[in-house]
Amino acid sequence: MAFLIDDDVKARVARLQIPFNAHGYDKYGTSRAHLELFFSLLAPLYRSYFSVDVSGSEYVPQSGRGMIVGNHSGGYAIDGLLTVAAAFFELEPPRLAQGMAEKFLSALPVSASWSQKLGHLPGLPENAERLLRDDRLLMVFPEGARGTAKLYKERWSLVDFGTGFVRLAMKTKTPIIPMAFVGGGDVLPTVKNLYGLGRMLGVPYIPLTPWGLALPIPRPCSVHFGPPLVFEGTGTEDDETIEALVAEVKRTIAGLMKDARPAHERRVHPLPFIGGGAS
Amino acid sequence: MKLLITGISSNLGRLVAALAVQRQHTVIGVDRRPWPAAPRAIEMHAVDLQKRAAEDVFRTRRPDAVIHLATVSHTSEDAEDRHRINLGGTRAAFEYSERYGVGACVFVGRHTFYGASPDTPLYHPETDPPLAVATFPELADLVAADLFAASALWRVPRMRTVILRLCYTIGPSRKGTLAHYLQGPRVPMVLGFDPLYQLMHEEDAASAILLAAEAAAERDLRGVFNVAGPPPMPLSSVIRVAGRRALPLPEPLLPLMFGRFGLPKMPAQSIEHLKHSVVVDDAAFRGITGFDHTWDEGETLRSFRFA
Repeated sequence: MAFLIDDDVKARVARLQIPFNAHGYDKYGTSRAHLELFFSLLAPLYRSYFSVDVSGSEYVPQSGRGMIVGNHSGGYAIDGLLTVAAAFFELEPPRLAQGMAEKFLSALPVSASWSQKLGHLPGLPENAERLLRDDRLLMVFPEGARGTAKLYKERWSLVDFGTGFVRLAMKTKTPIIPMAFVGGGDVLPTVKNLYGLGRMLGVPYIPLTPWGLALPIPRPCSVHFGPPLVFEGTGTEDDETIEALVAEVKRTIAGLMKDARPAHERRVHPLPFIGGGAS
Repeated sequence: MKLLITGISSNLGRLVAALAVQRQHTVIGVDRRPWPAAPRAIEMHAVDLQKRAAEDVFRTRRPDAVIHLATVSHTSEDAEDRHRINLGGTRAAFEYSERYGVGACVFVGRHTFYGASPDTPLYHPETDPPLAVATFPELADLVAADLFAASALWRVPRMRTVILRLCYTIGPSRKGTLAHYLQGPRVPMVLGFDPLYQLMHEEDAASAILLAAEAAAERDLRGVFNVAGPPPMPLSSVIRVAGRRALPLPEPLLPLMFGRFGLPKMPAQSIEHLKHSVVVDDAAFRGITGFDHTWDEGETLRSFRFA
């Protein structure tokens, strides 16, 4: 596989602030060799196929703990994939954004092994807290699977946010970096979700696009980071207080999406026959 | 101190005993299996822990501390014997200790107590529940023994009870659960899974066990503690560094292959342990006792490989 490894990627992996052991693993099972291969394969997709633009990368801390909190769009977590790529390719020094993977991914062959080797642990509060206390960069999508299940016509909307991420940020004194991912719905325009088939296959649902299978098409995407939000507290505050802070994060992300929309729609024309243009 | 070790003839028992002698402790051994080459300084009693003769050793010798190592895993005994040894033996060791005024009692359990599952935290603190009973019924008697031993913390507050949950131990003895799994040139894995494995050198394990007994006897250590060595590593890497070849097989085929074609004999339920990680957080034990491992993961596996 060595012939697939990009020299620039290899150099950037070497600059990640991750303590790999002599065998190339950190204590969570993140693998240097797997990161090199993954980012080498992802680079042409990130740069050419999806032509990802990034703004606000200066808001992501260069070191220490941080929590990127963003919106979901597109039938599955392609937004997460490209956000990880943005943190790796655009930040100086490069950082590994570590996602909280849907729990079903840990039960499936191949995805269980690869998600661990790329640094993405099952989405449990204990795992998230441990990563933050280790000064890692966490990537959280509080909409969960309901977010990726949004249809094409709902791509500019946000569904309900979970609240655990705010409690965790307060408990671990972690800055929240709001992030808008724009374009996921255009590369994977979902027209229908097959929930019954999904359950049979052990996943929440199977998204369908106008061309059937959920294969992403080459359309531009963008990642927009906003100024960090720091909430003082212990994380044990009452629901009302926490929900108000969650709403603030949600409003900030909605604002970043709104700001990015005109430029995005100049680059990507909506698909009117499946509900393009609707908010 | 006067230290009584049950299961002293086991590999780990011998290592703990030798280290204890080296540190000038008086060592008394109880095991139904003989240890013909035991150092002369060790007072051996070849008796069954659940028989009167074993209780007599506790009664007449009045040890300051007991290390209870007389438990077995699914690889070495059948279900009935395992139940008798693990549960009956643990009950006997703790009852004798309570009855004859033992000051400190250390139970040596296993980290597999926590079970292997896709939806549990990667690192288990000591407060996590024992999921092993659900995922791997062959471990139920070890889990029960662990919980029974831990009940001494409130049943016998006078006695300083320490429960250790050790990760896999391995080394030149080539004994133990992990060594059994790695015994052949080809080692089965579940296709598409590569869980993290946590292992420590058997000498480091012996050192941690003795340290716990000393701290309990001399410094009032008590409680439940995870014990581990170097950070965990993926199973495929463990197999490679141990000089074996991984043989990834589709999950439905594995139960048919165990015990055949040179592959280790394992119960079907152990497949969960080949799919999902069981990793413990050992920070509490390290913090309180000052324990540090001396063998890293490469040295540990090479000591097994080239023994």
